[in-house]
Amino acid sequence: MKISIMAMISQLSGGMIGTIGIFFATLLFSLPLGLLVAFGRMSKIKIIQWIAKVYISIMRGTPLMLQLMVVYFGPYYIFKIQISASYRLGAVLIAFAINYAAYFAEIYRGGIESMPVGQYEAAGLLGYSKGQTFFRIIFPQVIKRILPSVTNEVITLVKDTSLAFAIAYAEMFTTAKQIASAQTSIIPLMAAGIFYYIFNLVVAVVMESLEKKLNYYK
Amino acid sequence: MSLLEINHIKKSFDGVEVLKDISLKVNEGEVLAIIGPSGSGKSTLLRCATDLEIPDGGEIHYKGRFGLVFQNFNLFPHFSVMKNITDAPLKVQKRGKEEVLKEARALLKKMGLEDKENAYPYQLSGGQQQRVSIARALAMNPQILFFDEPTSALDPELTGEILKVIKDLASENMTMVIVTHEMNFAKHVADHIIFMDKGVIAEQGTPEEVFSSDNTRMKEFLGKLSKEQ
Ligand SMILES: Nc1ncnc2c1ncn2[C@@H]1O[C@H](COP(=O)(O)OP(=O)(O)OP(=O)(O)O)[C@@H](O)[C@H]1O
Ligand SMILES: [Mg+2]
Repeated sequence: MKISIMAMISQLSGGMIGTIGIFFATLLFSLPLGLLVAFGRMSKIKIIQWIAKVYISIMRGTPLMLQLMVVYFGPYYIFKIQISASYRLGAVLIAFAINYAAYFAEIYRGGIESMPVGQYEAAGLLGYSKGQTFFRIIFPQVIKRILPSVTNEVITLVKDTSLAFAIAYAEMFTTAKQIASAQTSIIPLMAAGIFYYIFNLVVAVVMESLEKKLNYYK
Repeated sequence: MSLLEINHIKKSFDGVEVLKDISLKVNEGEVLAIIGPSGSGKSTLLRCATDLEIPDGGEIHYKGRFGLVFQNFNLFPHFSVMKNITDAPLKVQKRGKEEVLKEARALLKKMGLEDKENAYPYQLSGGQQQRVSIARALAMNPQILFFDEPTSALDPELTGEILKVIKDLASENMTMVIVTHEMNFAKHVADHIIFMDKGVIAEQGTPEEVFSSDNTRMKEFLGKLSKEQ
């Protein structure tokens, strides 16, 4: 049964919400988790440093699509736990968060290690605690330094959300593909393409204005 | 009363002894200048005295708080001038906002920076940045203020304004330890001068004593300086 373009769009909008949801939830979890992993990676305790290193290397060295499938099917294949369809979203979020955390961890680490030691020394002499030094003095400057690299990751994330189709989560790409084959029409795929493109334009504008906002100092 | 007492400290880097058994005392209201050739261990001594380095041996005793003014300022670039000065008194010492602001404005006035409280460090000249960093250190009400070559990162025409600020502090009886290459300044402002060479105190005393010393290394050092100028 052929449906109208309007009907297509209304079906696609469900996928759109799925994609936007994955996008924001991934950032919400992976940005703090990445910082934690970066601390682990820079830890003086060798074993913690090693665990973080292996974690980052696996997350960056294997395909996200494969990680998604392991997270989704793993509980059943390994532990014979019956997985419900509602676990799909959970699996997507877990896989994306732990994958992106690894990338963000390396970005944070680069930023933190680029900070001049004089900033720590000045803060220490003024009596700031370690936590105050990090969160008041170091981290705000790190954010400014790493923002361009973060922007790159965030733009990649917009496109990566489409990988959730691997476990048939109803985000934009999965939905568009389903409608396209049912209707033998290219329009849903084009619409999806336009959606990703506009999404990324918005992301670019937002990140640029964030960078501008941080330009009040050098 | 001595505010700082350093007894027999030693420090090595990678097996090279940079400080060899250094002892000194700084009394309240006294200005101590530390001079000496490059690599003689002046900065290392100051860094040990301010807890930035841990000496390999010996002991350091203080009375009260100390502050340090760095050669390259190390201001916090993301904080305005005002926040650079007030943040630690507010967040570390947890003093009242009104009192801290009032004191900071007085310090800025003293440093000739009344109109710069909302500026960011990158908008200031080197001399202005150094004055902010002195104000930042003073805002913590230290009993001793350490300076490590406070003018060496500055253009010669900006050196004077910093030396003037330090001179004013000296006339208010601020206790200070100053590593400097400005011999005239040391001569006129210091109560006591230590000449360091190769990790030891090779000569010390009042400016008159040190500058008229027969110590060959001291003479050699002064000779080199006068040739440079
Ligand atoms: N962190 C460090 N690691 C290794 N060597 C160091 C370190 N800090 C200082 N040194 C060495 O210790 C010696 C003394 O250095 P220091 O900076 O104390 O000299 P200085 O008298 O302050 O010289 P300048 O007048 O050039 O500032 C130098 O040979 C220097 O290379
Ligand atoms: Mg030095």
